[in-house]
Amino acid sequence: MIFATVPFPSFTLESLPQLPKLLVEWLLTLVGAPDWLVIIGGTAAMAGTVVGVFLSAFALLSLVERKTLARIQNRLGPNRAGWFGILQPVADGIKMLTKEDIVPTKAEWLLHLAAPILIVVPSILALGVMPLGREWVPVNMELGLLFFFSVGALTELSVFMAGWASGSKFPMLGAMRAISQMVSYELPLIISALGVIMVTGSLRLSDIVAHQEGFNFGIIPNWNLFTPWGFAAGLIFYIASIAEANRCPFDLPEGESEIVAGHMTEYSGFKYALFFMGEYLGLFAIAGLGVTLFLGGWQAPLPFLGWVPTWIWFFAKLAVIIMSYLWIRGTFPRVRIDQLMRFAWLCLIPMALLTIPAAALWVFTGKGIVSWVVTVPLLMIPWVILTILFNRRLAPATRTYTFADS
Amino acid sequence: MSTEKTIDRLSAPPKPGRWIMPGLGLIQGLVISGKNAIQSYYKKDRMTTIQYPEQRAVISPNFRNFPFLCYDGDAATGLRCTACSICENECPPQCIYIVLERDENGKSLKRPKVFDIDISVCMNCGICAEVCPFDSIYMDGEYEMSTDDRFGGLMLGLDRLAKSAEYHMKLRPEEASAVMAKRKAEEEKKAAAAAAKAAKAKADLEAKAKAAAEAKAQADTEQKGESA
Repeated sequence: MIFATVPFPSFTLESLPQLPKLLVEWLLTLVGAPDWLVIIGGTAAMAGTVVGVFLSAFALLSLVERKTLARIQNRLGPNRAGWFGILQPVADGIKMLTKEDIVPTKAEWLLHLAAPILIVVPSILALGVMPLGREWVPVNMELGLLFFFSVGALTELSVFMAGWASGSKFPMLGAMRAISQMVSYELPLIISALGVIMVTGSLRLSDIVAHQEGFNFGIIPNWNLFTPWGFAAGLIFYIASIAEANRCPFDLPEGESEIVAGHMTEYSGFKYALFFMGEYLGLFAIAGLGVTLFLGGWQAPLPFLGWVPTWIWFFAKLAVIIMSYLWIRGTFPRVRIDQLMRFAWLCLIPMALLTIPAAALWVFTGKGIVSWVVTVPLLMIPWVILTILFNRRLAPATRTYTFADS
Repeated sequence: MSTEKTIDRLSAPPKPGRWIMPGLGLIQGLVISGKNAIQSYYKKDRMTTIQYPEQRAVISPNFRNFPFLCYDGDAATGLRCTACSICENECPPQCIYIVLERDENGKSLKRPKVFDIDISVCMNCGICAEVCPFDSIYMDGEYEMSTDDRFGGLMLGLDRLAKSAEYHMKLRPEEASAVMAKRKAEEEKKAAAAAAKAAKAKADLEAKAKAAAEAKAQADTEQKGESA
């Protein structure tokens, strides 16, 4: 009798990621659970799907990263565990789990314990507001972008927590570097996102994606990247996101050749793995935000590809961005701390500030030929001036060595 | 001064044209690393690493590792080593230990009873192989010698040291064939010398017999004469 009263909701390939949620809700309704329990169960299933998907993506990325870097260096990469090394993440996980957990005697154990947990949580929270597909928006928050940035700022806190609580020099130095870098690069990151908010007129991430729907001339996607201000802002966002995620060439907080492993020096076993996990989840979050803001989120890149489920497009774009991160990591050496700071404050932040008037002009001139004529010089001329200034020689022509020459 | 020159070069103003396309060097670098990654899939000569347990590098005949003892024919009786202890005395880190085998009368049997090489001490210098006058000790080509037994596993006795002449021939054909030719020549010479000695001894014996017979005959005749 009761089976007939609760039919299983129909779903398509588009809403395949909703399946766990629908399943849990159907089961709870079936056993006659109250409404509030059904809602909580469905939400938990939804969150579990997101976390599960991104954790498996993290496991996959840890393998793909090593394979890609190996190929760039003309090696094979992991190929022992399983077919083409496919079980390598499992082996790494078992190894991390079975390792001894060492807490230094001078560490403040509670903060030392809390830091790796607190670095994972904000990344997962940030992933929660991302529109992963047309129907797959875990939390469709009205202030989604603001939530993303405010939660993302928590990572800095946990990094410093780890550095301080370890009671050791290298973590402290690494944490100080991390704070200075993350605070500096958060400015261009947020400022470059402002143009998108102005053009869209909403902080809701699904609105931002919906605003980028359609195609110009029937072939060029109507993404923010294909506008003058969007291209500049996207490039700045991209560079700043590499620095925010502590990726090479901006991986100074870790800087293994200088300060051992930065704030992770005193961590071992699964706590270290949690840092690793938090870093990669943060990478997914920041790259996913870049996809949402500038690359049209889950929109298909070509008009005739609209039949493919939208969440596939989101993850395909995410994969492209992540692969470009890997390519950059395999190519560039680490920058110096003064180069890093100078680049952020002298180059990225002024250019990011310029994208705001450019976006405003873009809207007020009607997004046509006139807009291109107005906004391109507005961005190009300061950019050329900045690059000339930026390439100025910094070192004095003659150096005096106080101790060596006397 | 040279230092000033270096400093000038480091702080030189950028070359004209560099500001036209900032980031060009970055793109060039990306192209190079991308080429590396993509060509590694279809260009065989790009992948220079040998996948060790499945593939093995071809070992040069000049590769020398811990020593081994060469034997002809049977391992128990054919050892070339005569336990002369030259290698033991020459070994710089003193890693060779030899005990001469003697029979019950205390006479040397010219073969080792104990021949130990401690490869945890051996430094692969090859002096033992150089000084050996009996073509017995040579440097090996084996390199997979890791063990979990720190003391026993690294102390090579006769059972692990003795390797056949065929093994040596396979390991270093040039050296081994030269040694074999030399040994064969020596053996022939020895055989010839022995044969000559035997012939001479036989001749001597015959001469002696003849002399004795003659002397006897003479004595007989004398006796006959006396009795007559």
